[in-house]
Amino acid sequence: MSTDYEFNHRHLLGLADYSAQDIQYVLSQADRFLEILNRPVPKIPTLRDKTIVNLFYENSTRTRLSFELAQKRMGADVVNFSSSSSSVSKGESLKDTIRNIESMKIDMVVVRHSSPGTAHFVARTVNAAILNAGDGAHEHPTQALLDMFTMRQKFGKVAGLKVVIIGDIAHSRVVRSNIIGLRKLGAEVIICGPKTLMPPSPDELGVTVSHDLEACLEWCDVAMALRIQMERQGQGLFPSLREYHERFGIKKRHLKEFPNFTIMHPGPVNRGVELESEVADSERSIILNQVTNGLAVRMAALYLLSGGQRI
Amino acid sequence: MQAAEILTDEQYGKIINRLAHQIVEPYDDVASLALVGMQRRGVFLAKMLQERIHHFYNHKLPLGVLDVTFYRDDFRTKLKMPTVQVTEIPFDLTEKHVVLVDDVLYTGRTIRAAMDALMSFGRPASIKACCLIDRGHRELPIQADYTGMFVPTYQNEEIQVEVAGLDGINRVMVIQKESAET
Repeated sequence: MSTDYEFNHRHLLGLADYSAQDIQYVLSQADRFLEILNRPVPKIPTLRDKTIVNLFYENSTRTRLSFELAQKRMGADVVNFSSSSSSVSKGESLKDTIRNIESMKIDMVVVRHSSPGTAHFVARTVNAAILNAGDGAHEHPTQALLDMFTMRQKFGKVAGLKVVIIGDIAHSRVVRSNIIGLRKLGAEVIICGPKTLMPPSPDELGVTVSHDLEACLEWCDVAMALRIQMERQGQGLFPSLREYHERFGIKKRHLKEFPNFTIMHPGPVNRGVELESEVADSERSIILNQVTNGLAVRMAALYLLSGGQRI
Repeated sequence: MQAAEILTDEQYGKIINRLAHQIVEPYDDVASLALVGMQRRGVFLAKMLQERIHHFYNHKLPLGVLDVTFYRDDFRTKLKMPTVQVTEIPFDLTEKHVVLVDDVLYTGRTIRAAMDALMSFGRPASIKACCLIDRGHRELPIQADYTGMFVPTYQNEEIQVEVAGLDGINRVMVIQKESAET
């Protein structure tokens, strides 16, 4: 990394706005936070002057937990908002909600919403630093950062890696962010799954489409399986979970037949659908490393966006 | 801008020798000591002290590396968040007499931050501070236990410590920054 590089972002809305250098910089700073998590006292006072609100309009367990733990490890004051138990159920608009929250002197907002562009909207509306924790099928940048961080940890670098992403590509924000990031860092990406779950124009994303799982497993360094969202079943996109598993689930026998690929999954895993249980728990799986690294990456993002001087 | 060399390579070496002896002197058991160098040049100074102590006392002290960015009270006075350097404490510092090594002691804020940082690795028996140059202008009630050289300075002067491992030479310069000259 050149010495005159400067990280120059106020928000993390999506990886589309970040250059390859920006991404590398966030990952290299995440190394420092991973070290903190291994200390006897894994806590630093760096954000003790900051108040952060986690604004979750969509259900989430691990992303919200991971963000909240990252914030607490850095000494921030944290308030959580979830739409089910708030005045949203009384009909308050998003704009009114965030304006009200801003009036309480909030420094940073972590937002998840089912509509694409929500994080951008919030960034335009209030003066806080915004981190996108998922907006519809658009982006989920911290998930992609932690995936790339985990690949870098395992393989030394992301450039040149062969990555196959398997499953519901069309509806996945995780995939969108991952493809953007992986392409910027120089990885090759193939997406694999039923035709009905492929995006309309894969060429624009710079990826190749395959419907042959075994050819992909033969080719790849990393196989990233995505969660099949149960609510998609019955929409006619694939016949049944069992049939999906037959064609696109990674099975125990694949571990023997293709001895080189490493398994990742953004969680939560549907055991017996995307992955057979033995595959998820095998030593080739780095799913739990992803979870640990998620904390380090989110701490790094919070640190870098917490601002220098208050404006 | 004017620069003056206040420590040559030879004087620098003698000071490191003296500090090595001073660090060991109060302790019956040299093995109870540990060195922690502060990023970045303090790390190189700590390595020099480790080598000298090994030479004089035939014992290689454990050596850690500390970056205190997360514990500083002044990073938000700058516009950008500073890049964080490596921290690595590869030994258990509980019950150890830890000597923090830094190049320049100035406001005392770095040492304050370092004490906080060390506590998150365990409970050392004691912490002492060693600096190559003490330039004055303290803003906190902190003093070094071992000092290479006292150099009274003006605020508009800068002390530049160079270390062979990073800068190719061991020397110390005083640099006079542009001031309102007539």
